[in-house]
Amino acid sequence: METKVNDKANNKMSIKMPIKVPIKLSVSPGKVAVYTFLIVLAVLCFTPFYIMLMNSTHDNGEIATHLWLTPGTSLMDNYHSLIVSLPIWRGFFNSLFVATTTTIVSGYFSALTAYGFSRYKFKGNGVLYTIVLGSMMIPGQLGFIGFYQLVSSMDLINNYIPLIIPAVASAGSVFFIKGYTDGAVHESLIEAARIDGCGEFTIFNKIALPLIMPAVATMSIFTFIATWNNYLLPLILLSDMDMYTLPIMQVASRGVYKNEFGAIYTCIAISVVPVMVAFAFFSKKIIGGLTMGGVKG
Amino acid sequence: MLKRKNKLDKGRYGIFFIIPYFVAYIVFSIYPIIYSFYISFQKWDGMSPDATFVGLANYSKLIHDPVFYQSIINTFTIWGFAIVPQMGFAILLAVWFNNSKMMGKETFRAIFYLPNLITPAAVALLFSFIFDWQTGAANNILLKFHIVSEPINWFLGEMTSRGIMSLIAWWMWFGYSMIIFGAGLKNIPTELYEAASIDGASAWQSFTSITIPLLRPTILYSCVTSLIGGMQMFDVPYVLTGGTGRPGNTTLTMVMYLYNTAFQNLNYGYGAAIGYGLFMLILIFSIITFKVINRNAEYE
Repeated sequence: METKVNDKANNKMSIKMPIKVPIKLSVSPGKVAVYTFLIVLAVLCFTPFYIMLMNSTHDNGEIATHLWLTPGTSLMDNYHSLIVSLPIWRGFFNSLFVATTTTIVSGYFSALTAYGFSRYKFKGNGVLYTIVLGSMMIPGQLGFIGFYQLVSSMDLINNYIPLIIPAVASAGSVFFIKGYTDGAVHESLIEAARIDGCGEFTIFNKIALPLIMPAVATMSIFTFIATWNNYLLPLILLSDMDMYTLPIMQVASRGVYKNEFGAIYTCIAISVVPVMVAFAFFSKKIIGGLTMGGVKG
Repeated sequence: MLKRKNKLDKGRYGIFFIIPYFVAYIVFSIYPIIYSFYISFQKWDGMSPDATFVGLANYSKLIHDPVFYQSIINTFTIWGFAIVPQMGFAILLAVWFNNSKMMGKETFRAIFYLPNLITPAAVALLFSFIFDWQTGAANNILLKFHIVSEPINWFLGEMTSRGIMSLIAWWMWFGYSMIIFGAGLKNIPTELYEAASIDGASAWQSFTSITIPLLRPTILYSCVTSLIGGMQMFDVPYVLTGGTGRPGNTTLTMVMYLYNTAFQNLNYGYGAAIGYGLFMLILIFSIITFKVINRNAEYE
């Protein structure tokens, strides 16, 4: 139905296209309504985090009976009862380790692969790159059972290797970084380095990698967040409490602290607050990066 | 091919740059996919050395499994109630923010996008306490403003449980879609809107005649990626219901069913078959989404 109307309007418009006039700036009476709506929505977006922050500073009785809009005094008590039976900082640093190494592995090898596809005209380049792009369409769960059995037969359960090494093949990153490499690395620069006697890998490491670093950095932010947030894979691969990543440990905390709400809210805050602080500093870069390649699903 | 004559041509070296990628891809993706396919023809608890070959039994069981169909319905219900408001809010906000004169739009965009960055498992844990029927903040708020007279037991009801999951999905993703649509809107030439306003088109007419048709590729991209992501929904329903999909399997998603079958009930063969069923569904529905959204475009 709509399209019929559209076509008519489009035809009508195309006749008048070349005429250009300054946009009329009228203060619409709806402006107040728009801002009210935006503020309500912003409050809605932030409320769960606010409740989390406030509740982490109140004791269990207070949380259970009231809705708190002001901070209380029980933050340290909650924190102490949390760390008594849950190695939460262990989980924090486990997550930090896994996310950092995965980001480095993914960033370096994605740049390497993207550079290989972008700058070398070898046989099968096009076909192999199509395979890389096609692999983004396949859901991770398809090979899930096989992956678990493979890891199990390699005796790598409770090991971070199966969480980190598969990041060598990150199709989305390769796609994103290749798009940047095509424009950022000039052939003449590589030729000059070759004449000076540089090896191919030296050229990549010393010349190409610094040039494509902005793309690698943007992609690294998203790799880091995705790894930090990953739940399903660590859930099946890690069974030893000392190896748990933060999300696994937090969900486990619900079993440990059945009714100690203050401790659990504090536990959630420990993973959420660093992300919020990081976002406060990098929000421009993160939001800008989202639309640079349009690759994140 | 003239390049080949260049003595500095090092084209074949490229293969060394991409070898690590393909080794990792074959070992950690291709091999597991093939191995899963092989396991799906077996009855196997994952531990014992002898797995029994059962042929297509797992697949015929899958076709007749009411729980599998239930999990499809659940996944689509939760996704469906989230995607409609998600797209609606995203388009509305993106259009508003496309007006460069708007004050504070960067701040609003950042706030709306923030929930997307937070660990879904932590979000689910947080919401499970906010919607706890005895002590949760949600009931506290509703009682305080006298919207309800007694606390609602959210996770006892089928639609309230699914509703909370849809709410979380909407909350986490509308900001993301908003930013993607914002990028799509930037590509629409402003001349079109100017011309339309000269012709006396109202804001609504410009919206339906210019914005929506020209934004169609972006909407398609968002719908397909959201569908693929939505059908793999796991973290939030799993954590909210403690892995049970309560009440009575009505919030059991497809991936939860796969996980529970393989890793809780140790039926790896059937779990692998569910994985392939999930893959086929994602394939089919991605194609349908493409067709539906492109249908109008084909006539132009």
